[in-house]
Amino acid sequence: MTVMSYLGAIGAAQREAMEADERVIIIGEDVEANVYGTTGAGKSRKDKGDFLEMFGKNRIRNTPISEEGIVGAAAGAAMTGLRPIVDLSYSSFLYMAMDQFVNQVAKNRYMFGGQASMPVVFRSAMFYGLSTGAHHSDRPYPMFMNVPGLKIITPATPSDAKGLLRAAVDSDDPVLTFEACTLWGSKEEVDEAEYRIPLGVARTHREGSDVTVVAISGAVPEAIKAANALAEEGLSVEVLDPRTLVPLDREAIVASVARTGRLVVADPAHRTCGAAAEISALVAEEAFGSLRAPIVRVTTPDTQIPFSPAIEKQLYPDAMKIAAAVRRVCDVPEPAQETALSAR
Amino acid sequence: MSTLPNETLVEMQRRMLRIRRFDERASKMVKRGQIPGTVHTSIGQEAQVVGATMALGDDDYMSGNHRSHGHPIGKGSPLGPLMAELVGKATGVCGGKGGSLHLADFNVGSLGESGIVGSSIPIATGAALSSKVLDNGRVALAFFGDGAANQGCLYESMNMAGVWDLPVIYLCENNQYALSTPAHTVTSGVIAERAAGFGMPGVRVEDGQDVLKVYEAVSAAVENARSGGGPTLVEVITYRYNEHSEGLRLGTDYRDALERESWVGRDPILSFRKHLVDSGVATEDEMDQLEIDVLAEVEEAFEFSQESPFPEPEVAFLDLYTDNPIGAHA
Repeated sequence: MTVMSYLGAIGAAQREAMEADERVIIIGEDVEANVYGTTGAGKSRKDKGDFLEMFGKNRIRNTPISEEGIVGAAAGAAMTGLRPIVDLSYSSFLYMAMDQFVNQVAKNRYMFGGQASMPVVFRSAMFYGLSTGAHHSDRPYPMFMNVPGLKIITPATPSDAKGLLRAAVDSDDPVLTFEACTLWGSKEEVDEAEYRIPLGVARTHREGSDVTVVAISGAVPEAIKAANALAEEGLSVEVLDPRTLVPLDREAIVASVARTGRLVVADPAHRTCGAAAEISALVAEEAFGSLRAPIVRVTTPDTQIPFSPAIEKQLYPDAMKIAAAVRRVCDVPEPAQETALSAR
Repeated sequence: MSTLPNETLVEMQRRMLRIRRFDERASKMVKRGQIPGTVHTSIGQEAQVVGATMALGDDDYMSGNHRSHGHPIGKGSPLGPLMAELVGKATGVCGGKGGSLHLADFNVGSLGESGIVGSSIPIATGAALSSKVLDNGRVALAFFGDGAANQGCLYESMNMAGVWDLPVIYLCENNQYALSTPAHTVTSGVIAERAAGFGMPGVRVEDGQDVLKVYEAVSAAVENARSGGGPTLVEVITYRYNEHSEGLRLGTDYRDALERESWVGRDPILSFRKHLVDSGVATEDEMDQLEIDVLAEVEEAFEFSQESPFPEPEVAFLDLYTDNPIGAHA
């Protein structure tokens, strides 16, 4: 075990995959220079070298700023024997390639009756909460959940990032991974050896009996923080991270709510037709009889993201909002005095 | 081109005839309600299609567009499963899930036709990237029309292919109309000349009704690509005889009747038959027999399409993912 940051864990998974299989290539904007720290050693370990030195220009390729072309070419390469990892940088750049994602990447295997396999991973970062303005702050995974044929992962910790990315590269289907920049700096002990986390298996971060909080991506650490603080108020909160949205671990979600009888979904994406909406509908359909209170969603409201930090930060699900939602479904009044959360 | 063996020349005529007769049959089937939806025929464009596909090797890749039947036929795909796909049968080349617009036959390097104009151009580019990275000597060819020549993804693809020296041919089938819109009214300059902006050769085949001229131009591009010379843009001037799609009634004469007649007068199949007979490659009798053989092949494909069963309902949920046949949300 060694301490890795979220980005370091992604770099480690990419290096593992590159070493394990010559068909794996990494293409994207600025990957040769290791601009984001995932295609080489971090600055402090510069002597360990960058991927360009390790694997050469044939397998590490800078692309022009041509998202539609990059995504389509990666699809064509995947259909003919390569297993590309595509670094698309910001998630909002995916929109430039929407036709290729929806009409080629997602549909080709299906339309051609199973003749094609599409082993390709598309990585992108969600830079919300950093005053990057409306063009760079999106959390667009729900749009892609609406496209059958794509797999979608949203790792929330360094160890999940490493194991899920490795499994994504192994998958013969297209996988989109959405990496919240709020998680980039998080660190934990990570197994340096190869391991894979199967897609479609949720992770229970904290067990509890009063309420289930299903948290996604950057909302996961906030939910854990809320759960820890609420324990001091006598509320037992289960925190469950689906980790992958397609496939979704429906059984784990339903089983947890069946035990606790209450559900809060914390999701940094927009509210309408979002991941939280899907999970809420799933529980309403499958575990209605277990529910002791209405489901509550804590999401980013359906507005665009403003630039000014004075008005941006209030928009996302944080520990305070998640805690308030938990109190609401548990019918517990807001504490009159200052709590661990309000004081932070 | 006199160096081409006689059997290759006859094979060119056979494949052009297959496309013509297959599409004539498909057109009838649409009108009789035997094919759901519509089809886009390649009738009139056979020389352009076959000249290009026969310049490719068996292992080479190809992607195409909505005018979709000629490409796999030209690449050697058997007619039965293609016809069955048009009808939506379980024995179709895509099991009935693709239809006319999305034919694909990976056995002959056909990576798929696309219903979205231009959308398959990056796919061929990626196939060429595979060939380059894996160093397997394969070449890829993207078919697209004059309409797709104004899609951005073509130029993103050409630029990437240029900087990476990818073994890919961008083949513009300029039949001069994007549905009803004359190409010259929406296209600035000459399509082939756009290659210069990407530092790659641009070739214009003015007589796209001559299969040998197309073959010659595409063969040179394929040879160049295979030997590491990178991509080429080939623009072929041709003409579709039928309406954009079968059964389409626009109520507007966007094409001059005389214009069509003049193109029909230079029919690629009749001209090539004359060439083969005049040059002693084949006799009139042999050419008559070829016509009979191809008609029989198409008839057999039709029968196959009619006798084959429709897919079972659960097939709608297959092939979405490799490891979860039912799909994630079913």
